[in-house]
Amino acid sequence: MRGRATLHAWLMLGPAMLLLVAFTHYPVVATFWHSFFSTPRGARPSRFVGVENYEVLAADPIFWQALTNNLIYALGTVPISIALALAMALWVNGRIPGKAALRVAYFTPTVLPMIAVANLWLFFYTPDYGLVDRLTHFLLGWGATNWIGSQETALGAMMVIAVWKEAGFFMIFYLAALQAIPPVLYEAAAVEGASRWEVFRRVTLPLLGPTTLFIAVNALINGFRLVDHIIVMTKGGPDNATALLLTYIYEVGFRFWDTAQASALTMVLLLILMLVALAQFTFLGRRTHYR
Amino acid sequence: MNPTDGRGAAIRLDAVRKQFGDTVALHDITLDAAPGSLVVLLGPSGCGKSTLLRVLAGLEEATGGTVHLGGRDVTGLPPAARGISMVFQSYALFPHLTVAENILFGLRARKVARAERDARLARTAAMMGLDKLLERRPGQLSGGQQQRVALARAIVAEAPVCLMDEPLSNLDAKLRAEMRHEIRSLQQRLGLTMVYVTHDQVEAMSMADQVVLMRDGRIEQDATPAELYARPATAFAAGFIGTPPMALLRLEAGPGGACIAGAPEHAVAPAEAAGALLGLRPEDVAPTNGHGLPATVTSAEFLGAETVLRCAVGSEVVQARIPGHQVMTPGSPIRLRLPPPAHLFDHATGRRLPLPVHAPALA
Repeated sequence: MRGRATLHAWLMLGPAMLLLVAFTHYPVVATFWHSFFSTPRGARPSRFVGVENYEVLAADPIFWQALTNNLIYALGTVPISIALALAMALWVNGRIPGKAALRVAYFTPTVLPMIAVANLWLFFYTPDYGLVDRLTHFLLGWGATNWIGSQETALGAMMVIAVWKEAGFFMIFYLAALQAIPPVLYEAAAVEGASRWEVFRRVTLPLLGPTTLFIAVNALINGFRLVDHIIVMTKGGPDNATALLLTYIYEVGFRFWDTAQASALTMVLLLILMLVALAQFTFLGRRTHYR
Repeated sequence: MNPTDGRGAAIRLDAVRKQFGDTVALHDITLDAAPGSLVVLLGPSGCGKSTLLRVLAGLEEATGGTVHLGGRDVTGLPPAARGISMVFQSYALFPHLTVAENILFGLRARKVARAERDARLARTAAMMGLDKLLERRPGQLSGGQQQRVALARAIVAEAPVCLMDEPLSNLDAKLRAEMRHEIRSLQQRLGLTMVYVTHDQVEAMSMADQVVLMRDGRIEQDATPAELYARPATAFAAGFIGTPPMALLRLEAGPGGACIAGAPEHAVAPAEAAGALLGLRPEDVAPTNGHGLPATVTSAEFLGAETVLRCAVGSEVVQARIPGHQVMTPGSPIRLRLPPPAHLFDHATGRRLPLPVHAPALA
């Protein structure tokens, strides 16, 4: 009887386990392993080189630029998209006419494929006759700007797209969390004389804590992961101004075919993501109230 | 902001009306309450008692009429400006705040100085027996303790009027009896004017200075508990108060006067009462060995100190509350001694009728 139950359990777990091992766990371990070997080329098979790949990485100025870019990208997009998501959720959670249409409108960017989004924004950013330039010309009287073609503006332009794409998705989570807060708590706060700002700061925000933590972890991971539009629009250029860790891994691995170097890079990225998630769960998690 | 401010009535509602779309929840409610009194809004679910409380609190806007609290017209004011505190049925404690933070929520919002805040917290916590729980969160408290925190949060505000929306309905019977007593003594000690919503007539009768019995958005009777018990104004009030409540029996014309429908041999009231409803308190009916109204026992419910008998008389049911444990098999015949007729109600309108002048010799 017991053996049968165990067998059933394994049968149930099997399919998911198989896929996870094949496409997640094995690649992670294999990458870790490969990062200590040289790249095999033609007649030269790969050989153990210790931490040489990591030493090369540390000396690589493009790696450091990609890392810096990625930090700016993450620290810029995460707070802005979370703040925007919360603001939109509060707005469409209120009693306003046409809120169903507004919710759909805010959620639309999430539904669009990133490749389509990239092409859309390519047009927006087109110098002179693109939407952005038309607007800046009309409102501020600026001339033509090559938004994604100049080093000063390219990273910022990519960040705007990421925020635009993500905020609507996070809004849905905030909206669900807002609707789970019992209205009687707001009535109690009203009787106690709390101002709107106090109600937000002392009731709404703390009760959204678990949602904020969830969104923050996801947003930060996306900050290192969501690069489709960069591949399509700038390929990391101009002069590595929009190079992020993941685009650099792609370039090293699949354009230069230096797989060993790419493995080492991947391990660095994984390490960063793990540390980030760990830090968030310990620091934010301690201050978060779970119902 | 102290209870003596409201000279005359602490609460005065004048023709308060509340409509949700086409449905009228409150029909022109007019009501006065003296300072320091405990007013219970009593009625079955859906009678409008909670809506009336929410209109008082300012959580719902009245469709018509005026609300005065402490002599001040507060009809258009938000809840915070009305000088009220409130205890909600679900307690509405903030789950992420500690007990102390919950109690102090309002004082912080009102920018009360820290020293005073701490003093009031200490005083209230001691009064409510919460001293040792101040650092806990609501989720770590029992239902009774949560109830105390909700009460403490209302009391610490020191508002002259305290509103309570079925505060005890989530507690078990024993705790409920305790808290009933405690709330009443607290209210008297602090001189609060309290409006207390409940559907439990025991709570109403045991706590109130003034009971406002409501039905279908109207006030059925507004009286002291003693008056409500002794002279119910309508058949509905009669059938709502008492454990078990008053039995209402249809009277028909019989040979010797008005008699209970289906039992024409025994006159129980003067002939003028025929067609009305006779109200009989179960505690006034007793079995007798001598002359009495013949009836058939249909059930006997033993309650410990007493037994409630249900007896069929003609087509009606009479209840009798008798002391001790009485073993009666259903179907056995019994004779009942009835009191002189004290409560007569109009069969159509339910209004209380004046008693006939001469009391005849009864069964």
